[in-house]
Amino acid sequence: MAAEGNAKPAKKLSLKENYALLTRGLGWEPSYEKKEDIFRTIDFEGVVIHDWDKWEDPFRLTMDAYWKYQGEKERKLYAIIDAFQQNNGQFNVTDARYVQALKVFINGITELEYLSHRGFNMLAREFPGVGPRIAAQMQSLDELRHATTQIHTISQYAKYFTGMNEFPYQFDRVWYLSIPKSFFEDAVTSGPFEFIVAISFAFEYVLTNLAFMPWMSGAAFNGDMATVSFGFSAQSDEARHMTLGIEVIKFLLEQDPANVPLVQKWIDKWFWRGYRLLSLLATMMDYMLPKRVMAWNEAWEIYYEQNGGALFADLARYGIKPPKRAPETIAEKGHVAHQMWSVFYANRDAVGFQMWLPSEEEMAWMSEKYPDTFDQYYRPRYEYWKAMEAAGTPFKNTTLPQLCQVCQWPCLFTDSGDPTTLSLRETEYQGQTFHMCSDGCKDIFDDTPEKYVHAWLPVHQIYQGNCFLPGVDPTAPDFNPMYEALRYMGIKPGVDNGDFKGGADATNWEKWTSRPANIHEGAYTDAVRDSHIKS
Amino acid sequence: MTVEIRTKSVKPLSLSFGHLQRRFGDKPATRYQEATYDIQSTANFHYKPLWDPEREMFDARRTAVTMKDWYALKDPRQFYYGNYTTTRAKQQDAIDRTLDFIEKRDLLRALPVDVRDLIVHAIVPLRHYEWGANTGSAHVAAYGYGTAITSPAMMNTMDRLGMAQHISRIGLLLDGNSGDSLSAAHALWTDHADWQGLRREVERMFVTRDWFEVFVAQLLVADALVYPLFFQHIDAAIAGGNGSALSSLTDYLMRWFDETAKWIDAVIKTAVAENADNKALISGWVLTWRDRLVPALTPIVQHALGNQSEDAVAAVVAAFNSRAAKLGLSV
Repeated sequence: MAAEGNAKPAKKLSLKENYALLTRGLGWEPSYEKKEDIFRTIDFEGVVIHDWDKWEDPFRLTMDAYWKYQGEKERKLYAIIDAFQQNNGQFNVTDARYVQALKVFINGITELEYLSHRGFNMLAREFPGVGPRIAAQMQSLDELRHATTQIHTISQYAKYFTGMNEFPYQFDRVWYLSIPKSFFEDAVTSGPFEFIVAISFAFEYVLTNLAFMPWMSGAAFNGDMATVSFGFSAQSDEARHMTLGIEVIKFLLEQDPANVPLVQKWIDKWFWRGYRLLSLLATMMDYMLPKRVMAWNEAWEIYYEQNGGALFADLARYGIKPPKRAPETIAEKGHVAHQMWSVFYANRDAVGFQMWLPSEEEMAWMSEKYPDTFDQYYRPRYEYWKAMEAAGTPFKNTTLPQLCQVCQWPCLFTDSGDPTTLSLRETEYQGQTFHMCSDGCKDIFDDTPEKYVHAWLPVHQIYQGNCFLPGVDPTAPDFNPMYEALRYMGIKPGVDNGDFKGGADATNWEKWTSRPANIHEGAYTDAVRDSHIKS
Repeated sequence: MTVEIRTKSVKPLSLSFGHLQRRFGDKPATRYQEATYDIQSTANFHYKPLWDPEREMFDARRTAVTMKDWYALKDPRQFYYGNYTTTRAKQQDAIDRTLDFIEKRDLLRALPVDVRDLIVHAIVPLRHYEWGANTGSAHVAAYGYGTAITSPAMMNTMDRLGMAQHISRIGLLLDGNSGDSLSAAHALWTDHADWQGLRREVERMFVTRDWFEVFVAQLLVADALVYPLFFQHIDAAIAGGNGSALSSLTDYLMRWFDETAKWIDAVIKTAVAENADNKALISGWVLTWRDRLVPALTPIVQHALGNQSEDAVAAVVAAFNSRAAKLGLSV
């Protein structure tokens, strides 16, 4: 009994039409409440949006498709994680030094995925347009996925190795983990437009390959099936996020010319902040992977200098210039990894993983990869420290380093033109002196000092006595401030920290696997010597 | 006979993460526990949020409800991303077969014109109600405290988008994919007197800042009235004499509603049992929103059910009151 006009067959919808019908038009102009009372955070940054409907949703995923697509990926991933756990896959990695790199991941990166999830959720609530809200919601859910799958992957390692099983606790307290924590909190505490430029564009679009490639390729090269499977599974999510990043930038730039200087300022800031965060990977790639993928300077050349160069050439038509402090990153690329490793080594009693000096084989590789810097500046330092170790008087730093007020790295970097002079900058603000590691960080502080004076600088806090567990008595005769600060941070003194050789992970590794804990140095213990006769 | 495979076993240093050991002892943790407990930062925040400088970035003071441990608000479904997406994917596969069945046979387009008009008038505008609920759950997920509540709120946010799209598909099955029913429903939602009461309350939720109040208003009260009224009572009235084509589609919504209610009830029951102030506060919210929403819904229910509407509303309110009482609320 079909009524007239219903006789013709139903129209076939393309994916795009289907998405538009199911999505666009869900929102409406409110009339019982004022728009500015509903969406309260989108005006204060000064971004001008004339028409939210101009937003081209890059994904066009309806929820049914999202659930099915992602559900299938999850089924495959968890089958691998189950097999990995059942077969003690944690012992199939190259050696126990690789696990030290994974510690940086679980303790420093996983909580960033979680913060990204929460940050995107705020956008998912606050953007007035349906398209951008759905895009933010899907990314928020993806980021929750990444935090979750990383925890589920690495939990197997955490059962067998030290220093991995307090990751949320450590993230809030460990002195060097304030580098990633402050980075993402800076973004989340900004306005929604700064957040999305910071994370979707500067981080996901410009820099994400630099984060992804060394970790995931490093996992593949070193036999870590669980992590590399997570990486492959997350790849298509990341591709979507990168698409969102470029879409956001174009949308903002096309909406109003007044947005251009704001976007430029945020690109300058977040490129630098992202670069400082990622240079942690420099030292991880060059020093912590037993089987290396590429050197940091090579990665920077490919993923920033070439790819980033093309991107910013493309954005020039909007009046966008390459990030202000890009030249510094290029000037530093031969130095950062070595300078960071030196600082971690010197402070190895105060970090949550175990440290070593590079072997002859590794130093030969670095000489080849860094012909202009390694032999001249860093090899002599390592040889000197090796001699000190051999003499039984190993070098250790017994005080904590000066931190940068913005990026929270120790002020360990050198001036671009002179690798023998530390780069130190300072600004007077409200009668106090604030210290920065670089011109890039000083730019950021000087633009918004009222924000950065609130930074919770761990070293300052430790020295002010704010980092001791309840019940600790600083006036007790046997009070040891370093020991107590480590306990506050969730680092087990004498277990999680110190020298790799002779440490818990290296010793257990050789006992459990009968393979050397450091493939470049041969066996440390009889557990290997017994079973590998003159291999 | 079982075949025994011997594998090399190594005694681990610990059986679960430290934060889980402190809660549950040193035993293997579930994936829900690993993905949920203590994941959100709680200490040493660096900056004052530019959008709320009086509070921390994550701050328990964004609701008047208080909890000694926010991780008491657990999800009995034990959803984490993996089992959430695979569960929804499986459910979607099942409803896809139904959608396909109905589309191939044009079952909704074959309904008499007055019935089709009634579905457009009384069911399809709920896609906007779902979009409103999406906003409410996104608010809970963004500003709530502790991963135990924010993660399922995130999943609920996406569920609501999924439900809005499911209701939109009912519209497309009615209009042969022209989208005319969706435009008509949009106009009804924004302008027709029958819907203004509900839209007024949905917009009021948009300006409610206390995230727990939004949770109560949207997920506990509004859903408990809207879902049975529309997808049971009005659906049954349509099915009488017109067959069950529509019911086979609203059944999906009701199943989802029943599953979600397990989570809502667990959260409310735990928060109410926590202390007397919570009980008084949440009971007050329930009364306020119930007494706003019932009259707000009356015109559209009257339009659909005529002289049966009073009984339907009374039955749904009675069921809600008894559910609320079971959760420990004074209503």
